[in-house]
Amino acid sequence: MHLPLEDTLGLNLLAANQHQAAHNREHFDAWRLLCINVMSSPGAGKTSLLERSLTALSSDLAMAVLEGDMTTQLDAERLEASGVPVVPITTGRACHLDAAMVSGGLKLLQQRLDPAGLDLLWVENVGNLVCPAEFEVGEHRKVALLSVTEGDDKPLKYPVMFREADCVLITKTDLLPYLPVDIARIEAHIHAVNPRCQVLRVSASSGEGLEAWHGWVRQQQAAVTAAALPLVPA
Amino acid sequence: MHEVDMTQCLLLSMHQWKQQHDPLTPRVQRVHLQVGDFTCVEPDQLVATWRVAVRQSWLEGAELAIETLPLVGRCVRCNSTYAPTAAAAYRSPCCDHPMEEIVSGRELRIRSVDYTLDAPAPSPFATATAV
Repeated sequence: MHLPLEDTLGLNLLAANQHQAAHNREHFDAWRLLCINVMSSPGAGKTSLLERSLTALSSDLAMAVLEGDMTTQLDAERLEASGVPVVPITTGRACHLDAAMVSGGLKLLQQRLDPAGLDLLWVENVGNLVCPAEFEVGEHRKVALLSVTEGDDKPLKYPVMFREADCVLITKTDLLPYLPVDIARIEAHIHAVNPRCQVLRVSASSGEGLEAWHGWVRQQQAAVTAAALPLVPA
Repeated sequence: MHEVDMTQCLLLSMHQWKQQHDPLTPRVQRVHLQVGDFTCVEPDQLVATWRVAVRQSWLEGAELAIETLPLVGRCVRCNSTYAPTAAAAYRSPCCDHPMEEIVSGRELRIRSVDYTLDAPAPSPFATATAV
């Protein structure tokens, strides 16, 4: 007997990843830490920015980094110099981190420290403006970087990434005097695809805008840890 | 090629769905997806990856049918819907307002599954008592 049947699922295509991401998020909330997923194209300045931010914020926030990289551990080695614990996640062929990879990174991190003592966990994603936009890892906030050398059309060409971001950092602003680029146009294009996100101009070289960026991070950390459910004693 | 990872996610969801029918194995003819235009999915690549992934599995021969859904925005100023385009910076043509609300286009949905279920083979004991 072969009755033709039809089941309506209505499931997200990435339900398996989202399930793992929700599980990661439960851990983050139980540990009362903020998780920020940092994304951009290769070379936009994620690692340089994190070098500055880890140094600047380490006096008042306990942090760790999960460092996504396709094959090397070069970025992880750079960030280790700040003294903040860094767990490299080499993704091999994959051009983005997914929730399972981050879960694996968390297990490695737990071998080194108790995450409940952390205030902030950075996830530096693999450099790519496409794939990471669709794969949640359990983060509370998404930050996208766009360097001034990339051109003002990128928010329109890769709109999903900029739409998903809670904060967009326009990086390498120290190069503006040497470039035929209109930063107001970059901002207008980001605003057009995502009117709600925070847009900040920064330079890891000159330090421009870093105070405002760190202010945003502190604000999110305070908001997320205050919103996390209070731990109920067993 | 994140379509490979998306296919893996889809296969995991299909595997869980199959378990609902245990001990029977559903024979799947078609899996219907809805994919919005404002996503990072290339439907043709997803279909190509799927065809390779289901070979010699319980899903062998099952087709992936993808319905694409257009990007539709709603202008929050005048409440009319519009088709945002990169050329217009996704702004509304009516009020030149940024793309605040997306009505459709972000879908990545496993909508439904067409399948048949073979009736369980009659138990040899049941046959024996009947004779």
